[in-house]
Amino acid sequence: MVLDPWGWMMMMCFFVALPCALLGAYLILRRMSLVGDAISHSALPGIVVAFAFVGDLSSPWLLVGAAVAGVLVTFLIEQIHRRTRIKQDSAIGIAFTSLFALGLVLIRVLLGDKVHLHQDSVLEGNVSHVTYAKTVRFLGLDVPDSLFPAAIVAVVTVALIIVFYRILTLSSFDAGLAASLGYSPGVVHYALMAVLSVVVVSAFEAVGAILVIALLILPGATAYLCTHRMKLMLFLSAVHALISSIAGIYISVWFNGKASAGVVIAGTLLFLLAWMIGPADGVLVKAIQRRRHLLD
Amino acid sequence: MIALETHDLTVTYHKRPVLYGVDVEIEQGSLVGIIGPNGAGKSTLIKSIMGVVPAAGGWVKVFGKPIKENLHRVGYVPQRESVDWDFPVTVMDVALMGTYGKLGLFGRVGKREKMIASEALDKVGMLPYAKRQIGNLSGGQQQRVFLARALAQDSDLYFMDEPFTGVDAATESAIIALLKEMRENGKTVLVVHHDLQSAKEYFDHLLLLNMRLVAYGKTEEMYTNELLQKTYGGRLTILDEVAERAAQIPEASHRL
Repeated sequence: MVLDPWGWMMMMCFFVALPCALLGAYLILRRMSLVGDAISHSALPGIVVAFAFVGDLSSPWLLVGAAVAGVLVTFLIEQIHRRTRIKQDSAIGIAFTSLFALGLVLIRVLLGDKVHLHQDSVLEGNVSHVTYAKTVRFLGLDVPDSLFPAAIVAVVTVALIIVFYRILTLSSFDAGLAASLGYSPGVVHYALMAVLSVVVVSAFEAVGAILVIALLILPGATAYLCTHRMKLMLFLSAVHALISSIAGIYISVWFNGKASAGVVIAGTLLFLLAWMIGPADGVLVKAIQRRRHLLD
Repeated sequence: MIALETHDLTVTYHKRPVLYGVDVEIEQGSLVGIIGPNGAGKSTLIKSIMGVVPAAGGWVKVFGKPIKENLHRVGYVPQRESVDWDFPVTVMDVALMGTYGKLGLFGRVGKREKMIASEALDKVGMLPYAKRQIGNLSGGQQQRVFLARALAQDSDLYFMDEPFTGVDAATESAIIALLKEMRENGKTVLVVHHDLQSAKEYFDHLLLLNMRLVAYGKTEEMYTNELLQKTYGGRLTILDEVAERAAQIPEASHRL
């Protein structure tokens, strides 16, 4: 079986969008959506330092560096808003911009003129490289090798969420009870942030630092308007990631532009759809309920 | 048997002490009301005992052991407002959380857990609502779900943070019946409570708190003008009246 280039791009988008969607669902429920934003920007110094050591842009150590930076920024946010009277939203603004700036400084200091950061790729990312990447035989298919890191991140994230679903949900809903039962919500928080950093950074390359936020928030927000069940919300977030990956590539072909923009446009349309006709909180459902209420 | 013992328990917030030097011993089988004015540190006291808020000093023992070693014998009912009731979980899901303490990291919710949770929901009259999303409940129903979750924990010592706030009369009497039943079964329950008048009827012991422990003892011994004045300071003049009236009819009051 042979997949055409568009098929590979859809798969690439899905592997990037899926882990974002699942983690994003938890971010929304924990009211931490902006932390995803912070992590996506503050990963830079971690990547730069890791790159300065290994000198290879495709090294997995870059992900480790990014994860460390991601945990660091969430730690800084916590410290600022816990130890001062500064509220969390301001703390986020302070922590991630300073780490991003530090990253820019480190690029000059550690790497000098060796590396040029393309503004394009930071802003909008790139998935088309899967179409001309080297291929590897895998399960009887010629799979582009750049698909593997994203696929591994996706599979590991899904597995972690399945295994720790109960504890993740408990500590998101009621951290006090979680602590009193002997689970440490602090550990859960930082573990979630570490995984989130890795996921965001692996998505970074494909969709850029800004649009990755859409991949984190849109699926969960759409699912939230469609159901009142946690498991169903996670499932629908995954479905959102799948549909917007496929539809997004079609849209990007249609307007002859970036895949990332197409995926986000598709995701936004799905969100609007859920807003209007979502079975849990949709405008239409509410109108019908109100009507029925009046008739009673 | 002493169910709970604290020694010199101190909590600070932004370096300001909010609770200091609390020394108290509570007998097993007591139903204790924690009473004090706003900002007295009532919630902070139970949160720091549970380790939800870190203590700056002192220690806590539960049934003779440090609380960390006996957490499975302790149940906690947080304030209703402490959670997001829009969270996409059902009444059953919340009751099941009570069984998590015994499941460890990788345990799965099975038939046994569902049985325990159903029984607990039945006890508070919430079983018919098991499949409802928690956002569609009244305040009283939400409180009952929290109680069911605590029952599912099957602990020996319970801490409840303002369970009577914002609930209807039916729920209030249901909670009281439940608390008394728990006491009959040898459970020890500490309840943060803000209403002085009902405190006298509900609890057999009172813990008077105002950043320090003012006094702890049997309800009728605590309900004196002097101690209440000491707890509430001059802040609430209406208390004088209440206390005075209470002092005039001591006999009638502990019959309730």
